[in-house]
This record gives sequence, C-alpha cells and structure tokens, in this order.
Amino acid sequence: MHAQADTPPLLAAPTGGSLWRRKLLNQAMTALIVLAFVIALIPLFSLLYQVVSRGLPGLDWEFLTGTPRGIVGGGGAAHAIVGTVVITGVTTIISVPVGIMAAIYLTEYGGKSRLRRWLTFFVDVMTGIPSIVAGLFAFALFAIFLGPGIRLGLMGSVALSVLMTPIVIRSSEEVLKIVPNHLREASYALGTPKWRTIVKVVLPTAFAGLVTGVMIAVARIVGETAPLLVTTGIVDSINTNPFEGRMQNLAVYAYSEYRTPGVMKQASYDRAWAAALTLIAIVMILNVVARLVYRRYRTEIK
Amino acid sequence: MQGAAGATRAEAEPTEQQMPAPQPAAAPVPTPAPAGERRAKTIDTREVSLFYGDFQAVEGVDLTIAPNEVTALIGSSGCGKTTFLRSLNRMHELTPGARVEGRITLDGHDIYAKGVDPVQVRRLVGMVFQSPNPFPTMSVYENVAAGLTLNGGRMKKAEKDEVVERSLRGAHLWNEVKDRLDKPGSGLSGGQQQRLCIARAIAVEPEVLLMDEPCSALDPVATLAIEDLIGELKSRYTIAIVTHNMQQAARASDVTAFFNLEQTGKPGRLVEIGPTETIFTSPSEQATEDYVSGRFG
Repeated sequence: MHAQADTPPLLAAPTGGSLWRRKLLNQAMTALIVLAFVIALIPLFSLLYQVVSRGLPGLDWEFLTGTPRGIVGGGGAAHAIVGTVVITGVTTIISVPVGIMAAIYLTEYGGKSRLRRWLTFFVDVMTGIPSIVAGLFAFALFAIFLGPGIRLGLMGSVALSVLMTPIVIRSSEEVLKIVPNHLREASYALGTPKWRTIVKVVLPTAFAGLVTGVMIAVARIVGETAPLLVTTGIVDSINTNPFEGRMQNLAVYAYSEYRTPGVMKQASYDRAWAAALTLIAIVMILNVVARLVYRRYRTEIK
Repeated sequence: MQGAAGATRAEAEPTEQQMPAPQPAAAPVPTPAPAGERRAKTIDTREVSLFYGDFQAVEGVDLTIAPNEVTALIGSSGCGKTTFLRSLNRMHELTPGARVEGRITLDGHDIYAKGVDPVQVRRLVGMVFQSPNPFPTMSVYENVAAGLTLNGGRMKKAEKDEVVERSLRGAHLWNEVKDRLDKPGSGLSGGQQQRLCIARAIAVEPEVLLMDEPCSALDPVATLAIEDLIGELKSRYTIAIVTHNMQQAARASDVTAFFNLEQTGKPGRLVEIGPTETIFTSPSEQATEDYVSGRFG
C-alpha cells in the first residue's frame, strides 16, 4: 500500500514561510506579555522607592518611641504605633470569631437554605462597602448610645470590623470548602457528632488556610484612614485603653502630620513618610508570617 | 482464606482479650454486650427502599447479614449496592434529600425508630471506605484512637495505648508502624493506610463492619493482605463488603447477594442471595448467571 515512504501531510515539516511567521508571532506575543507585566509592576516599584527613600530619613529612634510635642510639632509616633496595634487587635478579636463561625455555617450547615443564599448575598455587598461609610456607621451607632461627642478606640475597631469580617468570611469559606468530604464521612462513620467533626477534623485540617486568610484581612485594614478619622480621631498621647478616649493609628498620624505640620515643616513631612513606611513594613511582615504559617502547618491532602 | 504471599504476612495473632464495652446507648438501640459476652450482631432488612429526593435508587430489599460471616454485595455499577450499604449505618441520610423506607434492624432493634440516635448507630456499625482516608492532621496513633477521642471520651494514656496496639495488631499493621506511631498517618503506603482505617474502625469495637470496595484503590499484594484480614475479622464481627470484583467475592465471602438494575433510571433490586459457592456455580436466576459468567457487567 505505501510503496514509498509517503509521509502523511500531518507529519510533514512545515515549509519555510509559515514556520518563520509562526516563530515571529510567538516572539512578538512573548515580548508584549513581558512588557505588560513590567508596566504593571512599575507603579509598585515606584511607590516602594518613594516611600523608602523619603521615609528612611524620618525613621529614627525618636520616631519609634516618642510622642508628639504639642503645637510646635516634633516628637515621634509611638502613640500611633501603639494605637495601630490596639485598634487592629480589637478589630481582629471582633471579626475573627464572627467571621469563622459564619463561614462554618455557610459551608457545613447552610446547604441550600434561603438563609444561606441571603447571607452570601449580603457578605458580597459588604465586601464593597466604602470605608468611610463603615466609619460613619460606627460613629452613628455610638452616637446613639453614648452621645455625639464620643471618641473611642473601640469605635474605630467596630468600623474596621465591618470591613474585615466579610473578607474573613469569604476566605474562610473557600478554605473550608476545600476540606474533602471523605474526611467528614470518615469521622461520621466512627460515630462522631457533627459539631465535633467540625471542631476536631475540619477546622484543624483547614487551620493553615484560615490563619492565612485572617492575616490577609488584617493587612487590608491596618492602613485604613477614613473610618478612623471620624471615629478615633487625632490625639497626642499614648492610649492603650480602647474603651476610653481617643486613639490614633499610623495612617491617621501620617495624614495629620501632612495636613497640619508643625513649625518645622520638613520634619513633619519626614515623619509622615516614615509612618507610611512603617505601615508598609507591618503589612509586609504580616504577609511573610502568613506564608510561613501556611507552609509550616499545611496538611497534605491526597 | 489462603495467604499466598507468605512473605507479607504479619506474624502475631490479634490479642483476644476483651476490652470493657463502651457506654450503653439509650434504648431501643441494643447496648453492646459486656466483656466476655460480646458477639457479633445480625442485620436484617425488610422491604427497604432508598430514595434521593424523588429518585428511587433501591427497591424492596429483603436480606439478612449474619454474624461471623462475610456477606458480599455484588452487581454492576450504579445498581445501588453502595447506597444500600450506607443505609445500614445511617450514612445514607447525610445526603440532603435522602430517604429510607422499610425496616432495618440490628439484632431485632429497629435502627430507624423514633428516638434512636444515628451517632450511636454508627458506633455500633462501623464503615471502611473505598479510598483510604486517614485524618491528615493526626499521627498514626491519633488516627487509630480517633474513634475514642473524637467522641470526647477521656481515657487514661495506658488504656489508650492498649486499645491502639490491639487494633493495630488486629489489622495486621502493628509491626509495620510500631516504631512510627507519631508520624503522620498520610505517610504510609495505600495498603497500609487502608489497614490503618480498618484499625481505626475496629478500635471503637463495633458489632458490624461495613466495607465499601475496600480494595479497589489498592494493588494486588495489598488486596490479598486485606482479604486475609477480612477472613480473620469475621470470627469477631459481622462483615458486609461491597465489591465490583467478582473474583474477590468468590475468594473472600461466605454469602453473596447479587443486585441488578433492569435498565438505567430504574431502581436497583436484590436479585438473588445465597452461599457464595452456589451463586457462582449454580445460581437460580438467569440474570445472576449472566453476571457471574461475565456476559454483562
């Protein structure tokens, strides 16, 4: 039948012209994609460069440990750093239990129920709430109960938790969905009630992912300015009590140093940049810790 | 049950001492008999039909799974054998919309009666699944003890050690893992993982052991080891195993039940049940004869 080696058309080597054209197209596309990638990265690197170069001069011991010195200006941002830690801490305490339990409801108990569909819808809406709206909500809430002049660290935390909770819910839900069903079945088959299965099998298996999700949510809210401007305000001293008095965080500090600089303008601006740099450093550290925790605790699921 | 691969046989016989029985369940589920009197229980089903919502998966099954023997459920894909098996330990109802009609009794007690706690039923009727599924966050030791710790039971360490060792010996896994009890359960081979799951299932001392195609994910050597193990376990438990593999049913079981579908979309039915030898050599139904001789399925 095949007297001579008659290669079928499919396997014949492409002739010169079409091969050359295809190679050129390949290279052009690759170059375009790399270029697009570089362009996308430029703002990030430019930003980092700016913040580092302008923030470093202001970053000294005084900045990290001192507090502002009245109208004249000067001093440091210790109060803002402490404020950031306290406000973010309280926000996490509020958002994480609520968020994770909501995610557990949505994945384990929700099924096809109407409540689940409504919850998912509202969580999606909440992820898009502008942060100033969250701040005004907290302000109004506390004004109703405690009078309009009130300023509390706690108000800031409530505002931020409105922003943080939906993120925690979304990421936790995704992580819990990934836990394979056959693990739950293995637990049920041993005669384990459902809630124990969730606590002792599902949550430990999802642990690394849950922690990562929380850390990312924290990184999202640690630099929020608008909601805190209207709730916790601007203050000069260190305040560790979220239930009493104003509190300032790094983002608001950067804003206030820039808006109302002291007598030595440049020094104020330097401090604002240093605050921004500190914030970026905090976010980076959180992300790195999240990755490390994930790698250490993740479970290999076949 | 002959063990051809002598080299892979584990040495020790499982220890025969009786452990104190788990706490008695609330009536009417039968309480586990106290130590010394334990015997495997009979499962009896009458006119059992199983539904997923409106779709009927299984229709009118009457069969008895007798103690101290292995009952194999065979039949082509989709004929409802696994669905039926899962109804015996109340796992079927975990699927949303699933429904059970008919009567299923464990030693005469209706396991679907009002007031019966499905969690208690599952402690008495254990299950081993198709793919080995040890808990990935737990070590080998913790996996075997999972049935005891997950239920909130507080056992002294010495007691737990004893149960773990006894179960691992019973599953012919002790020698292979005794030096690595603290290592994760997922680090074992497929056959070892499945034996770990069997050890985990027998650690809670069920009366009945259900196995859903336990060897389908394993290689022939591991399969043989599991079949040997099943042959040994039947002296202490009632065992029902679903299998696609007819040769396995012929090798490892005493009684065989053949399920079949008339056509797709119709519910599966129990066609014939009888001693394994009879089913494979001279079955009474034509459909059974066709299936076991490989004409379909």
